[in-house]
Amino acid sequence: MEDESKELKLTDDEQELLTELLNDSAKLSETGKSRRQFLRNVSAASAAILATQMLAEQKIVAYTPIENVSGASSAIENGVKVVMKVNGAEKSLNVDSRMTLLDALRERLELTGSKKGCDHGQCGACTVIIEGRRVLSCLTLAATCEGKEVTTIEGLAKGDALHPMQAAFVKHDGFQCGYCTPGQICSAVALLSEAKNGEASYVTADVRAKARAIQLSDDEIRERMSGNICRCGAYPNIVAAIKEVHTGKDVAQTWQFAGETGVAIFENAEMNKEGA
Amino acid sequence: MRPFKFTKVNDAANAVQTVAANANSKFLAGGTNILDLMKEDVMRPDELVDVTRLNLTQIKTVSGGVNKGGVSIGGLGKNTDAANHPLIRQNFPLLTQAILAGASAQIRNMATNGGNLNQRTRCSYFYDVAMPCNKREPGTGCGALEGINRMHAVFGWSNDCVAVHPSDMCVALVALDAVVKVQGTDGAERSIPFIDYHRLPGNTPQKDNNLNQGELITAIEIPKNNFSDKSYYLKVRDRASYAFALVSVAAALEINGNKIKQARVAMGGVAHKPWRATEAEKFLTGKEATEANFKQAAEMEMKQAKPLEYNKFKVELGKRAIVRALMQAMNGGKV
Repeated sequence: MEDESKELKLTDDEQELLTELLNDSAKLSETGKSRRQFLRNVSAASAAILATQMLAEQKIVAYTPIENVSGASSAIENGVKVVMKVNGAEKSLNVDSRMTLLDALRERLELTGSKKGCDHGQCGACTVIIEGRRVLSCLTLAATCEGKEVTTIEGLAKGDALHPMQAAFVKHDGFQCGYCTPGQICSAVALLSEAKNGEASYVTADVRAKARAIQLSDDEIRERMSGNICRCGAYPNIVAAIKEVHTGKDVAQTWQFAGETGVAIFENAEMNKEGA
Repeated sequence: MRPFKFTKVNDAANAVQTVAANANSKFLAGGTNILDLMKEDVMRPDELVDVTRLNLTQIKTVSGGVNKGGVSIGGLGKNTDAANHPLIRQNFPLLTQAILAGASAQIRNMATNGGNLNQRTRCSYFYDVAMPCNKREPGTGCGALEGINRMHAVFGWSNDCVAVHPSDMCVALVALDAVVKVQGTDGAERSIPFIDYHRLPGNTPQKDNNLNQGELITAIEIPKNNFSDKSYYLKVRDRASYAFALVSVAAALEINGNKIKQARVAMGGVAHKPWRATEAEKFLTGKEATEANFKQAAEMEMKQAKPLEYNKFKVELGKRAIVRALMQAMNGGKV
């Protein structure tokens, strides 16, 4: 493959990109695998064109792991060595001082569940739990996470058993596109313990009352989840999902699969429309 | 983001010396504002000194000095912990409400008390490096003065800057006569009355406050008071939650018989610093706590307002917010 590339007289940048893309034998995510397979299957000529197109975005999307401390790349400026616990496993990294926890999770630890929405602390898609508290990983420097315990969406399920909050989001259809969901769920999980500890919010009726486990109203859930934006507008279903886990009681779904009767009604209606 | 050196320190003295020695060095605490500003290229420090691990997080009763019996809040404690501490919730519920009115749960879990004081304005001209801004680049002019200034100041602005201070917490702190405890570069501690901590823009809008390079906020003290059963923080904003204030009001009353013994009124979203509504306070002292008196106090305060082209609404909004906050305070501060 490298020989073929050379015949095409790639520029140095293109060559570097292709080498990175094609020779990397580290374990890959499913998406990474198919991207790689796709590249191997196309002709070298089109690969070169693709390489040029991808040059700008490759730093973001291409799989370019900078594996461990000893293999620190020259791209790292002001390197800081960090050891932290992510979803129970100890991780050792040498990071550029500028690297956010979000980028460290996604680009270095292959935990792409946490999402980069705005990257400015306005959307909540990057929410993770550090030491039991929900925080924004896009405004947390990885360098400050030495010794910290980080839980991401990947760390909530126990094997194949979903975390109750994940199951409730599925039951209540608490998402549409799903991009904000990992942040919503991490946020909601932390919210449960905040309520248990009796922490107040801006809509708490009497903040002077002694802190004790609070039963959250819908308004309380909305206020406490205001740091997680859902552009699809799945809010009513998100509130229902959180309410179900928080109360431990079944909350009726706002949707259901159409049964035979439902389908018949729909079909009749469609036929009537056509007949009209 | 531009490259910067990440420096770890063991104690406050070391932190202060390190930042004092480099004019382009900054403390890193919660990071919720400075990292955002660095991503936007608005702030360009070449060194961040990590103070997140310094032992300056305690909340305790002040045991001596002028604020004896009041509360001391660690400069590096988290906003969430300050808002929820039993001493604060019970004795200074105005502060609890103000903190909880700001930002989101995630940000309050990260942001520190000292950092809240030192956050920068959210003026969109300050944030946009393609726009003129005397606060970001002194001498370039103020884009907001004759620009889109709906979110901007109605009190105390200058032709050089019409930005507002974005904090909610600070509005309660100025109303409660808090004191900022600072560790100086000579190792000595100094106290800054809250009202003198932040500045009006004048012709040096690049200076938000009176802290010197390297000085570290170790604690914020609030003197004991009798406002705890009659105070309220009202925040009026474009969304129900997670938005900066158009106008906010911290109101606290001490009632003796049927007269107001002492009134505290402060406003957010209206000036370059948390605005103490002294005209309203003066009027209310000794008066009966009636809606009519609240209205007159609000009139007197807002009479001094000088609105800009797009924020004239803040004058009427400010009046109504003052009245409503005082009414809520009389109602025991309950939502």
